[in-house]
Amino acid sequence: MATIKRTVEVELSTTGMDAQGRPVRTPLAVAEDGSTITVAAPPSIEPELEGEHMLINLGPQHPATHGVLRLVLELDGETVVRCIPHIGYLHCGFEKIGEYRQYNQIVPWTDREDYLNSIGNNVSYILGAERLFGIDCTPRATVLRVIAMELSRIASHLVWLGTTCIDIGAFTPFLWAFQERENIYALLERWVGARLTTSATRVGGMAADVPAGWTEQLQTFITLFPKTIDEVERMLTKNGIWVGRTIGLGAMTADEALNYGLSGPMLRASGVAYDVRKDFPYLDYETYDFDVPVGSNGDVYDRYLVRVEELRQSTRILEQALRRLPDGPVNVDDHRVILPPKSKATSEMESMIHHFKQVMEGPRPPIGECYVATESPKGEKGYYMVSDGTAKPVRWRIRPPSYVNLSAIPKMVEGHLLSDVIAINASIDIVMGEIDR
Amino acid sequence: MGLINRPETDVVSYDPKGGDGWVTTRLDFLVNWGRANSLWPMPFGTACCAIEFMASAASQFDLARFGMERMSFSPRQADVLICAGRVPFKLAPVIRRIWQQMLQPKWCISMGACASTGGMFDNYAVVQGIDTIIPVDVYVPGCPPRPEGLIYGIMMLQEKVKRERAADTSLRNEMEPDPTSQLYIPPSAINELSEPFGNSIHQQRSGL
Amino acid sequence: MTTPFTPVVGGSALPSDAPAAATQREVPHRGGPANPSAEALRAKFGGAVLRVDVVWGETTVIVERTRVQEIVRWLHDDASQRYDYLSDLTAVEFRDAEHPIEVVWHLRSIAYRRFLRLKVQLQRGQPYEVPSVWPVFKGADWLERECYDMFGIRFAGHPDLRRILMWEQYKEGFPLRKDFPLRGRFSRAEQLRQALAANPEARYSMEELSIADAFEDLPQEMRNRLRSGEKTGE
Repeated sequence: MATIKRTVEVELSTTGMDAQGRPVRTPLAVAEDGSTITVAAPPSIEPELEGEHMLINLGPQHPATHGVLRLVLELDGETVVRCIPHIGYLHCGFEKIGEYRQYNQIVPWTDREDYLNSIGNNVSYILGAERLFGIDCTPRATVLRVIAMELSRIASHLVWLGTTCIDIGAFTPFLWAFQERENIYALLERWVGARLTTSATRVGGMAADVPAGWTEQLQTFITLFPKTIDEVERMLTKNGIWVGRTIGLGAMTADEALNYGLSGPMLRASGVAYDVRKDFPYLDYETYDFDVPVGSNGDVYDRYLVRVEELRQSTRILEQALRRLPDGPVNVDDHRVILPPKSKATSEMESMIHHFKQVMEGPRPPIGECYVATESPKGEKGYYMVSDGTAKPVRWRIRPPSYVNLSAIPKMVEGHLLSDVIAINASIDIVMGEIDR
Repeated sequence: MGLINRPETDVVSYDPKGGDGWVTTRLDFLVNWGRANSLWPMPFGTACCAIEFMASAASQFDLARFGMERMSFSPRQADVLICAGRVPFKLAPVIRRIWQQMLQPKWCISMGACASTGGMFDNYAVVQGIDTIIPVDVYVPGCPPRPEGLIYGIMMLQEKVKRERAADTSLRNEMEPDPTSQLYIPPSAINELSEPFGNSIHQQRSGL
Repeated sequence: MTTPFTPVVGGSALPSDAPAAATQREVPHRGGPANPSAEALRAKFGGAVLRVDVVWGETTVIVERTRVQEIVRWLHDDASQRYDYLSDLTAVEFRDAEHPIEVVWHLRSIAYRRFLRLKVQLQRGQPYEVPSVWPVFKGADWLERECYDMFGIRFAGHPDLRRILMWEQYKEGFPLRKDFPLRGRFSRAEQLRQALAANPEARYSMEELSIADAFEDLPQEMRNRLRSGEKTGE
């Protein structure tokens, strides 16, 4: 008998075949001792009707998957029995490229990976790079970076808000959210010249200091923004449709959330009070007076409440930062990392050599490694850099919060309806650029 | 060809020798006017450019006034594929399939540097320009292009649409490479031509 | 879960007079106080702990490859350690060919506000295989898959180790290895050809095909298309 040739050729890395050559089905749940637990499929509405499970493909091109995410769902009618996510559709080799770029040249790449939090990513990365160099930035730069991170947090949560509302069916908050983002874009554009991909930081300081009149514009934003948050809350928080669509969905208990490595609003909504700004502070966050909202149920509604409250808290931090913004230089006075002023570079030998070395080769840190984690709007964002003394890192690793958050989606989605999958996916607040890098 | 020297698209030139009748030119004008002012985009948004695309569609810049009221996420009902963002090799067959699922007449806008040429991602994972996979009508440079830039690109596409003529049968052809044509390059030669350029194929070591 | 969970608040296990968490400044390059867990690990596991380093204020413990899962489980379960959060899991390959490949685990104890880095060094020329910590941390699932995809390091005990960022039939190799060129091994035309030749519908994992009872039950039209080896739907 002729062998049946499978036209679907896959080279498996797992031992996926049993003795008959049929693929082995990975069990849905594995107990602590390694034995399989069979998860009972949710009861069908019409038990007499014989049916079979459908395999439905959601994505990678889909309006509601927040990027190029592919979810393969096993459906019993409308109920999801199992979900298998596929990622990698936006994998662009960031970490590989990082090994071929100097430390200052990597900054534009940090914009593009989590593109909703671009200036926040710039700051996170440069904190890691400066730790690797052994540099502490100036007081003015410290406060400016806090302002940058909080503006970025607001901007990212606004996109989350807008897109989640569209996914669940409310179109208007999307327009409100993006209008507020235009105000933030205007601020960023005045500061660094770009709306979205800012590349605002450099080792030892910032690319530019804020121009005259910028702080007044920021103050206007801080004064007017809470009104938009109030408007959104008035529309959504006690809205029967919104609550009905979001409450009880995708709940993760606190120890599940910790074990899966969730971070950010996902983790805090489940009841774990872990915020990198409070527990492992950086940029003097311990001196700012702000609260961290923590939920209790870990469902989609709690995550919504946590993020909206974070918008308010970010505004609070911005106000304090603006009041304490000190004068002074924004760049460190260390010519191993910061270009000397032209007048010195053209007259003094030492400055000229510094200038030459930095432009041709780039600043070189000592041999070592460091992992610096910050609280991005998505969760714990860490950059792990290993240096061998040359101008380009040996390894540039991005610890993407959305990557680990998304890995919990099969757990969260089991037993829910197909439309709930969209709501749960929206509540994770994923950015495929960060997940796939 | 920019919008500075705009061809007169409100007036359709009437050339009796070319065989254009008065009715066909009026019909062309009507059809093109309808098509250009109701281009329904298929937003194939992948990365940062997608966010700027969303900002263009939002209240401040508002693409709806250009006829792009309805973002159709089903390719079967879309006119123009706006590829906003970088396209890695894993996504290449997907965008190709989406392009093939779109019905004629269809156009393509490549938004941003990554969609046009691969952008800053000259590495193993990213397609160096979606015009290697699908035919592109308008390229909008920028990283990401400002909403005004995207709107400029869309208006350029509208101009292009208005210049089309129904008598031109080559427009709606999905062309396959013709081995008898003088421009045909056999696949073996393409391999040599499209080697990674410079000495970068020997760039085994990272660092200096 | 049968055991009730006490909500974790950062620093809850620290004594009440412990100094509050603060921004670190002027961190020394080497030296400085090590994480107390390093001493505890030495006391408990003795010879399995090969070296302890403190670089930029972070403690790195290099351990023996075979005992990693045991060590991680102890760090997770022990009441004086409580490393209940796995931040990251990755690998580093150095440019220097003499230097071994290192697999790195970043662990956090939220209750004690501690950060620990565990490392395992894999000598070149030996098979790159490491025990998986998935039984301890479910979050290691995708992190280990990515490590396999990018470096080719296998994790023994992982339930479903297959490529995650590149497609499963990716033939060029493991991208983050240092002998993998930046622009890939094949020419651009060949890369495009291979990418387009892979039918998106064929990119279901074996597990998914088993749900759909694989090939026999696919629709006739789809089976015909896959059988004829078609590249893309036209």
